[in-house]
Amino acid sequence: MSSIVTFLSRRRDGRSWHWTDIVTWVWLVGGLIIMFGPAVWLVGSSFKTPGQLAEFPPTILPYVSQKAMVEGYDKPLTLYRVMQPDGSTKVMAEVRRVGIVAQMVDPEAPGEIVKVNISERRPVRQIGFATENYVEPLKKNDFLLYLRNSVFVTLTATLITLFTNSMAAFALSKYRFRGRDLVMVLIIGTLMVPLSVVLVPLYSVVSAVGLFDSLWGVILPTVATPTGVFLLRQYMLTIPDELLDAARMDHASEWQIYWRIILPLSAPALAVLAIFSVVWRWNDFLWPLVVLSRKELYTLQVGLNTYAGQLNVQWHFILAMTVVTMIPVVLVFVFLQRYITSGIAGSGLK
Amino acid sequence: MGRITLTNVDRDFGKLRVLHGIDLDIGDGELVVLVGPSGCGKSTLLRLIAGLDKPSRGTIAIDGKDVTQVSAAQRGLAMVFQSYALYPHMTVRQNLAFGLENQRMPKAEIEARIAEAARMLEIAPYLDRRPGQLSGGQKQRVAIGRAVVRNPTAFLLDEPLSNLDAELRISTRAEIAALHQRLGTTMVYVTHDQIEAMTLADRIVVMRAGRIEQVGPPLEVYNAPANLFVAGFIGSPRMNLLPVKIRSASVREVAVEGPGGFTARIAVNGSGLKAGEEATLGIRPHDFRMSDGGEGDLSGQVNLVEALGPETVVHATIAGDRRLIVVLGAQAGGAVGKAMHFRPDPQRLHLFDAAGQRVPSA
Repeated sequence: MSSIVTFLSRRRDGRSWHWTDIVTWVWLVGGLIIMFGPAVWLVGSSFKTPGQLAEFPPTILPYVSQKAMVEGYDKPLTLYRVMQPDGSTKVMAEVRRVGIVAQMVDPEAPGEIVKVNISERRPVRQIGFATENYVEPLKKNDFLLYLRNSVFVTLTATLITLFTNSMAAFALSKYRFRGRDLVMVLIIGTLMVPLSVVLVPLYSVVSAVGLFDSLWGVILPTVATPTGVFLLRQYMLTIPDELLDAARMDHASEWQIYWRIILPLSAPALAVLAIFSVVWRWNDFLWPLVVLSRKELYTLQVGLNTYAGQLNVQWHFILAMTVVTMIPVVLVFVFLQRYITSGIAGSGLK
Repeated sequence: MGRITLTNVDRDFGKLRVLHGIDLDIGDGELVVLVGPSGCGKSTLLRLIAGLDKPSRGTIAIDGKDVTQVSAAQRGLAMVFQSYALYPHMTVRQNLAFGLENQRMPKAEIEARIAEAARMLEIAPYLDRRPGQLSGGQKQRVAIGRAVVRNPTAFLLDEPLSNLDAELRISTRAEIAALHQRLGTTMVYVTHDQIEAMTLADRIVVMRAGRIEQVGPPLEVYNAPANLFVAGFIGSPRMNLLPVKIRSASVREVAVEGPGGFTARIAVNGSGLKAGEEATLGIRPHDFRMSDGGEGDLSGQVNLVEALGPETVVHATIAGDRRLIVVLGAQAGGAVGKAMHFRPDPQRLHLFDAAGQRVPSA
C-alpha cells in the first residue's frame, strides 16, 4: 500500500511539489479516466438488467434487487426498505403495485398487507451479475455462429494480408525495376481513398465475381492494405542487401530468400501488421454489412447490429456482446505487443 | 580448378561507367589482391566475378567456360562479405548449412563438412549460438567457414578484415594466408589496405577509377611501379615525388635536375625523353641516407622527427617549399629546425615521364 502511495506521489526532485508535477498528475489521471473509464463502464454495464441500464444516475457496478420467498406466495418477492412513520426503516416485500401505491408485506408477518407510497421506500440491492445477458445471445441468438464467422474472416484475412503484403514489400524494397517508385506512390496514394468512395464499385465487382453474400467476399477486398505494404517495405529496407547477396551465393532461390531470410527477419514488422490486421478485420462493420445478407454468415459486428431495432434497442445484449467482441482484440495486443520492441534484424551485422 | 578470366569487362551504372575494359587472368590456386582507393571499382569488380552483378560488356570465364550470364549460385564460388552478412536469425550451424541444404546435399555430408570447417576454424564451441552472440573475430571465422564448407572453386573476399581491430586483423590475416596455403584454392581478395595486399598477395592488382593500373607480384609493384599513381599508392610512408627537368638523355642514362640544385643520374633501358622536358622523380623514403651536403644532394629544413625505435622518420621542407619524408635507420637523431642533407640511392630512383608513366630502368 505504501509503495502505491510512493508511486503515485512521485515528484521531480522527490521533495516539493513543482507545478509540472501537478499538471502531469492531473493529465495522467485524467487520461486514465478518459481512456479506461468507458471500458470499465462497458464491462460493468454488460452485467446490468435492462431496468438498471435505464436508471439515472448510472452506476459503474451492476446491482440486482434482492428477492425473498415469503410464505403464502409462489414467486419470490422483491425486497424494499420502507420508511416507517416513526422514522425507522423496515425491510418489506412487494406483492403488487398500483399506481404510486404498493401493497407490501412484512416477511415476518406474511398475513398482513400494508399499503406504502412508493416514494417512501428504497429497493434493497446487492451487487449481482445479470449473466443472462451473455448466456442468452450465445445460446439462443446464433452468437457463437457469428463468433465463428468473425474468427474465420479475421484469421484468413490476416494470413492472406501478411502473405501478399510482405511479397509486395519484398519486391518494392529489394528489387530495382523500372516504375518501382511509381508503384509505391500509387499504393500509398490509395490510402487517401476512403471505403465509402469505393463502396459502390467494390460492391459491383464483388457481386460480379459471385462473392456476394459469402465470407470470401468480406475477406478478399480487404487483404491488400497500403499501410501494410508501406510498413513492411520500410522495415525491409533496413535489412542489409548483403544478406540477400550472401543467400544468392548460397544457392538460395528468390523464393527461399523471401521465405527463409526476409520473412523471419521481418517478424517484428509482421507482428505489428498482424495486430493491425486482426483489429481491423475484427472491427469491420460497414463492408460486411454490405456484403452479407444471410443471417448465418453474419460476423459479430453485424450481428451486434441486429439488437438495435427500429423500435427498441436491446442495450443489455449489445453491451454484453460488445465485451465478447473486445476480448480477442485485447488478447492479441497483450501477446503480440512484446514482439514489436524486439527487433532481431541487424544483430548479425556490425 | 579455379581459373578466372575477365576479358574487356565494362560496367555502367546509368551514364556513369565505373569499370573500363578490365582484362585480368587469375590463375588456379592464386591469391590475387585487388587494391585501390575507395570508389575505384574493386568491389564492383568482385561482384561481377561473383555473379551478383552482370557486366555491361565483356566476358567472364571460369576454367575456360563463359559464365557471363550464369547466376551467382551456379558459378560455384563462395564470398566473404565485409559485414560478414551472417543470417542473424540462424545459429552458426544453420548459417553454415544453409548453402549446402539449398544444394540438397545429404544430411550426413552436411554434418561432416560443418564438423571439418568448425575444427579447421576453431568455431566448434559456438556452433549453436546466434551471430548476435559472437564477437567480431568469431563472426569473421564463421563467415569464412560458410565459404569453406561450400568447397568452392574460388573464394571471393570483400574487405574481410576491415571491421576487426588492429590486433585481430594481423592474426586473421595470417590465418587467411594459412588457409590459402592449406586449401590451395583460388582467392580474390579486395582491400584498400596496402599492407594486407603486400603480405597476402601472390599478385597485386592496383586499380584506380575503374581501370587496372598495374598487375604484378607485390615486390615488383613496389620496386617498379608502372606509373605515378601506383608509386604514390603502394608503400608507406608514401614515395617522395619531385618535379625535375631533364638535363640530358641518352638510351642508357638520363640526367635530371631538381629543386634546390639537386641532381641525379638514372640508368634507364631506352627512353623517349629529350633534354629540357619535365618529368617526375620518385624516391622512396627508405632509399635516402644522410650526407654532409655534397654536390647535388637534397637539403632541407627538418619540421618533425618521429623516432619509432627501429627507424626514424624525418619530415623536412626542401627548396620550392616541397615536403620530403625520409626514413633513416635506427635512432639516427636529427633535430627540428636543423638543416639536413640527404643522398638517395642511385640504384633505386624511379623516373616518370610527363604523362606519369614509368621510364624503364636498367
